[in-house]
Amino acid sequence: MCLAVPSRIVEIDNLLAVVDVYGARKEISLLLMPEEALIGDYVLVHAGFAIQKVDEEAAQDALRLIREIADAMEQEEFKE
Amino acid sequence: MIDLIKNLYNKINRPVNLMEVCGTHTVAIFKHGIRSLLPEGLRLLSGPGCPVCVTSIKDIDKAIALSMLDNAILCTFGDMMRVPGAKKSLSEARAEGADIRVVYSPLDCLKIAEENENKKVIFFSAGFETTTPSVAGTIFEAERRQINNFFIYSVNKLVPPALDVLLQSDDVRIDGFIMPGHVSTIIGSKPYDFIASKHSTPCVITGFGADDILSGITMLLKQIAEGRAAVEIQYKSVVTENGNQKAVEFINKYFEPCDSYWRGIGSLPQSGLKLRDEYKQRDAEVVFKIDVPDSSEPKGCQCGLVLRGVKIPSECPLFGKACTPEKPIGACMVSMEGSCAAYYKYNR
Repeated sequence: MCLAVPSRIVEIDNLLAVVDVYGARKEISLLLMPEEALIGDYVLVHAGFAIQKVDEEAAQDALRLIREIADAMEQEEFKE
Repeated sequence: MIDLIKNLYNKINRPVNLMEVCGTHTVAIFKHGIRSLLPEGLRLLSGPGCPVCVTSIKDIDKAIALSMLDNAILCTFGDMMRVPGAKKSLSEARAEGADIRVVYSPLDCLKIAEENENKKVIFFSAGFETTTPSVAGTIFEAERRQINNFFIYSVNKLVPPALDVLLQSDDVRIDGFIMPGHVSTIIGSKPYDFIASKHSTPCVITGFGADDILSGITMLLKQIAEGRAAVEIQYKSVVTENGNQKAVEFINKYFEPCDSYWRGIGSLPQSGLKLRDEYKQRDAEVVFKIDVPDSSEPKGCQCGLVLRGVKIPSECPLFGKACTPEKPIGACMVSMEGSCAAYYKYNR
C-alpha cells in the first residue's frame, strides 16, 4: 500500500500533470512536489500525487522491480 | 554479498532478529527468495507495516455504519474492501446495497462529490505517512474548490510510534530494523533517530530490489558487529535525511496525532492522525457521530502476535486451514502485503 511508482511526466497544466506509467496515462497532482517538475521528468507517484523526482536510471530499475512485485500481488484472483 | 553477510553473522556469533517493517518489503523478500540465502539463526521478522492489516475491526464496523447513513457514498482504497469487520466486510456491505466505491486516489472522491451534490461523500482513509499527504492534498483541493459534501474518516497511522512500542515489549528481541522505503521518502530518516539513540537499535532505510535488501541486511549486521546503532540510508535514490518537507507540512496543516487502535496490538499513544479542529466540519466521526459496539479479535486469530514479530504466520492454528486468502479471518491474510498472505503464497 505504501508503494510509490516512478512515472514520466508527459503534460503539465499548472499543478496538474499527465504521467505515463507502463504505457497508461494518468492524471496526477503536483501539489506535494518539493521542487519544480518538468515534462520528461520521472516522479514517484502515490495515490494520485507526485511526491519526489527520481533520475531516469533509478526510475527504470524501480519500474522493472515494482512490476514484479505488483504482478505478484495482482496475480491473486482473490483480490477485490 | 552473501559471503559478507555470513562473515558478519559469524563475527556476531549469536542469533539475530531483523524486522522488515514494511509490507512491500515482506512481499519483496519472498519474491527474491532472500530468506533461503541467509544463515540459520539470522531471522527476518515481518512487522506491523501494512496499514490494511492494522486497521481495527471497530474501524471497519464504523466505516460500514457510515456507508449505511442516508445519502452516503463511502469511498476507500481497494485493499480495504475485504478486511473482516465484526460481522461483515465493506465488500459484503456493498453486496447488501451500501454505496461503497473503490478509488485509486482520494482526489477521485472530489469528482464523485461534485457529481453527487446532494450526497455526503466520505473517504475511509487508511494509510501510513506515504499516503496521508495525498489525503491532506485532497482536503486542500476540497477547500479550494469549496466542495462541502466531502468528509474524511481517518484511521491514518504513524510508523515511528508503533516501533517505539514494539521495542518496549519483552515479547521478541529486535536487533535491527529494515525501514520502509517510501514512508521514508516522505518523513526522511530523522524521525527514526530515537530508535538508535533511545533503544540502541540499528536502522537501515532500504530499497525493494534483491541487492538493495541484501545490502540493507549487510549494513545492519555491520552496525551490530561493531556495536553501533545508527539510522543509515541504503535507498539513497529516493530517501534523504529530511524527506519531503512540503508533504510533511501538508500532513501537519490538516492532521494532528491522536491515540490509535492497531488491530491485534492495541491502543498505541499518539500513533494515529485525526483532523485538526479547524477542519472538524470534514471529520466524519465528529459530523455523523456514529458509534458501534466494541468487538474482540476472531477466536484463535494470531494476527496480533504476527504483527509484532512474535510468531510467524504458520504458527497460527488457523493459518491455511480456517484462514486462507479466499476466506480470510485475520487482516494479515487479506492484503497481499500482509505477512500471512505472503507466507501463504510463497512459503507453504
